[in-house]
Amino acid sequence: MVHLAQIPNEEAVSKPLVEGLEKLEIAPAEDNCFTTSVYGSKFASSDLPKYEMPEHEMPKEIAYRMIKDDLSLDGNPMLKYEKRLDRLASFVTTYMEKEVEDLMTESLSKNFIDYEEYPQSADIQNRCVSMIGRLFNAPTGAGAAAVGTSTVGSSEAIMLAVLAMKKRWQNQHRAAGKDVSNPNIVMSSAVQVCWEKAARYFEVEEKYVYCTKDRYVIDPEETVKLVDENTIGICVILGTTYTGEYEDAKAVNDLLIKNNIDTVIHIDAASGGFVAPFVVPNLEWDFRLEKVVSINTSGHKYGLVYPGVGWVVWRSPEYLPQELVFNINYLGADQSSFTLNFSKGASQVIGQYYQLIRLGKYGYRVIMSNLTRTADYLSDSLHQLGFVIMSQKGGAGLPLVAFRLDQSADKHYDEFALAHQLRERGWVVPAYTMAPHTEDLKMLRVVVREDFSKSRCDQLLTDIKLCLQVLDGMDREQIKTREQYVKQHVSNSHKARHGHHHYKNEKHSLQGKTGKTHAVC
Amino acid sequence: MSLSKHISADELLRKHQERYKLHSGRPGTSGRSMHVASPYINRYTAWEPIPKYNLPANGVDSKSAYQIIHDDLDLDGKPNLNLASFVSTFVEDEALRLTNENITKNLADSDEYPALMDIHSRCISILGSIWHALPSEKPIGSATTGSSEAILLGGLAMKRRWQEKRKAEGKDTSNPNIIMGANAQVALEKFARYFEVEARLIPVSEKSNHCLDASKVRDYVDENTIGIFVILGSTYTGHYEPVAKISEILDKYEAETGIDIPIHVDGASGGFIAPFCHPNTVWDFRLKRVHSINTSGHKYGLVAAGLGWIIWRSEAYLPKHLIFELKYLGGVEQSFTLNFSRPGYQLIQQYYNFIHLGQAGYSRIQRNSLSNARLLSNVLESTGYFTCLSEIHRRKGLHKYVPSITDDSDDPENYNAGIPVVAWRLSDAFKKNYPHVKQSSISTMLRVKGYIIPNYPLPLDEADVEILRVVVRESMSADLLEQLCEDIVIVTETLIASDPIDMAALAHPLRQIQEKSHFGRAAASLGSLSEHGSTSDLPKTTKHEHGQYKGVC
Repeated sequence: MVHLAQIPNEEAVSKPLVEGLEKLEIAPAEDNCFTTSVYGSKFASSDLPKYEMPEHEMPKEIAYRMIKDDLSLDGNPMLKYEKRLDRLASFVTTYMEKEVEDLMTESLSKNFIDYEEYPQSADIQNRCVSMIGRLFNAPTGAGAAAVGTSTVGSSEAIMLAVLAMKKRWQNQHRAAGKDVSNPNIVMSSAVQVCWEKAARYFEVEEKYVYCTKDRYVIDPEETVKLVDENTIGICVILGTTYTGEYEDAKAVNDLLIKNNIDTVIHIDAASGGFVAPFVVPNLEWDFRLEKVVSINTSGHKYGLVYPGVGWVVWRSPEYLPQELVFNINYLGADQSSFTLNFSKGASQVIGQYYQLIRLGKYGYRVIMSNLTRTADYLSDSLHQLGFVIMSQKGGAGLPLVAFRLDQSADKHYDEFALAHQLRERGWVVPAYTMAPHTEDLKMLRVVVREDFSKSRCDQLLTDIKLCLQVLDGMDREQIKTREQYVKQHVSNSHKARHGHHHYKNEKHSLQGKTGKTHAVC
Repeated sequence: MSLSKHISADELLRKHQERYKLHSGRPGTSGRSMHVASPYINRYTAWEPIPKYNLPANGVDSKSAYQIIHDDLDLDGKPNLNLASFVSTFVEDEALRLTNENITKNLADSDEYPALMDIHSRCISILGSIWHALPSEKPIGSATTGSSEAILLGGLAMKRRWQEKRKAEGKDTSNPNIIMGANAQVALEKFARYFEVEARLIPVSEKSNHCLDASKVRDYVDENTIGIFVILGSTYTGHYEPVAKISEILDKYEAETGIDIPIHVDGASGGFIAPFCHPNTVWDFRLKRVHSINTSGHKYGLVAAGLGWIIWRSEAYLPKHLIFELKYLGGVEQSFTLNFSRPGYQLIQQYYNFIHLGQAGYSRIQRNSLSNARLLSNVLESTGYFTCLSEIHRRKGLHKYVPSITDDSDDPENYNAGIPVVAWRLSDAFKKNYPHVKQSSISTMLRVKGYIIPNYPLPLDEADVEILRVVVRESMSADLLEQLCEDIVIVTETLIASDPIDMAALAHPLRQIQEKSHFGRAAASLGSLSEHGSTSDLPKTTKHEHGQYKGVC
């Protein structure tokens, strides 16, 4: 026997269980419901419930990660010295989702350069180049043909860009019958060390625009004044490693146009390339500016991928001289390549594609806004504690906080002492001596990365307050002994044996000449 | 001629997708608020193509994103059947676990990862010792992303040292040159192009084993020579270039002219073979003139892609001017690399291999590979269809096929030295008997079976000779080898029996597919940055002056 069941019609389905219920208003779901990504959720920028049971649920992945992150402040009993949290020094990504970790492991043994064998991985690279190029407003109109490639990181990307600028300049000069023996490049003295390397290795003279006591980025006027006929190009940094400030690419661009100067701009957006388009979409720094011919960015910084991927995009093939591109013909398929590396793993490029489609513009925007908010919160709190804030707020720079002690407070310790004190508490907050000509300004820097949630930020603030109290209570002698102790027993690099005495104390770099320390990137 | 009208699948797809889009409001097409139960329920499963050129406005959940990319990557080849590449495709489970645990670590950040730095220096010491570097000379080295970076650094050091010497003598430094065989891998030429050094390519011939011809070196060097790249394990035929002989020639040259020319050995493949299989071949730091050596950890170092090494015999050969010191938090790091932030897990795998395999393990693995390569060579030659250009299967000193000689020794020292590569061509008798069979068809037909075995011409002076090449790696077991031998014979005999016109038809569409899938696709997606997808504006790549083909490494 079969029970016959009636299929309810639409009216029956939509009829309320209790009469009159349809008139009741139920509060709408909260607008910001992006909860599928841990650090993009609203939970990352709010306190972890501490004293009272929270009103609302928290998704399981988020609960897991938040608690795990909290626990990472614990010492690890397996280690001889307590190494608890080591993360505020560097821009490089340290968190990715489980799913993408799996993808990356599956692709470990794929050789990225082998297009023949791994066409799909190669295609994925092309998709990323296209997405990133468009994110930077690469021209896509009729006749446009922007080109780009993945690299191991921004260093390789910058070397390639310098090489392209140099070759193009040489070709122009040779065609005009001019001397090509003295190329130079104009850049800020706050550049990352790979710019110095690129200039040195490719034999291009470095021309620096120096920072001043209260200007930590290039001055557009001064920059343009340094340009002469041997200038292969200008480097403008979107987010310096010291203070995270965006250099004014538009002003440089406009001055070049106004004065009718024939040179090009490369934007080093190693850190800012994945922040500015989402946080300050109206800031003009990219291919919207006509003098900008190439841009690099690091996938492994705010691109949210584990180390080993960078990107470089050129406005058009005109800016990538053909003699630099090698064509490898293999099994009837032409491959054009412009890299300094050849075989390398495909994992990181795949990781980048995952993040791009997984998060979308919305996801990146939410995460970057969260980071900016956290940075602003930290910045305001430090200001309240009496520090001088050197970084920008409200998205006008990278989500990092650069700060120093107020000199008028006349403390008997410096930023390095505070860094060492914090180190003892398990925080790596690096102290730097600023770029040359800033009168030995010292500073501390905290990079707000995806996994630096508000709750962790509060823990840092608590420890900074504590360290200040401890330092205030010590005399000079004690501080010195303490510093020595931390250097020898807590920090790692001091103990490292791999440093080579033969190359110690070089005098040829900016650091060697001026005592500028390089910020970790 | 409507019959031969070309159908564009892309165009048809787009047309139909457009039609679907008109029906909005389909389930699953809305964005982020969707509750996902299965990775195949998302808007990219149907109705919407996955984002290729534009960053999508909204994302998808992590499981779907994983599945999409995972499935997409199914179209990649199987690493183990790729017999064209030297790059290692097998990583042990334990090494993989270490990799996963350390995937976030940045090799550039020595302060944060001191243990990683320590492993780095241990690896350098180990490599230095197997290449006979003397601790008293203070050898120095660095990990790189691969041999390309290592070669660029090695060349740069030679250039700078030459410049400094010439400047000190008050001589001109505007025309440096570097010597290499015409069989050189593309990275060597890149060095010359990017760092503005004239590349002097010495022609290769059958007599010189299709690699650097020692007898011609004298004619190419002069006072502007910054150095010579000598390859241990030519990518074409696997021969070692005669490092010791070249060193001797340059010693004599120095005695006569006073000009001291250093050698950089590109041991990308051979650096991990020779020490274990050919200890009597003198090629490394035992020769005074060898200033630097590079190798690829990701080839016979048995590590996943992304690791190379370079070692200088003494810090004296690495000019200070090129080294940058980075200071932070009381620590100092010296750096001479072209990359900065990069993963450190390959390094951990390398160290894992060193301590896990040891000398004996490496030795056994490399000898197995050589023995498998010998077996394949012998089978191929004894069919009568083929002639081998690689010679690791011939008794030492013997350079042609003698059917009556069969060796069963396992010691690689009894055979001609080289890396486990088998390069062969159709024999002259075969070409005479079956002129309709094209060698490239063998490669194409094997590809259908899943093997990737490239067919390409020798370096420019011998470019009329084409070779098929198989790289024997540790993961090529005897079983796979047996299958391969069988398949090569079957394919060849099928070709013999085929009608030449049939074959021409077969080759054509396959060739098209290949071109579309690789350069064609790359071009299309780059070109598609422009809305009209015109690919003609792509940078015109440098055609090798003589149309030379390069072996993939």
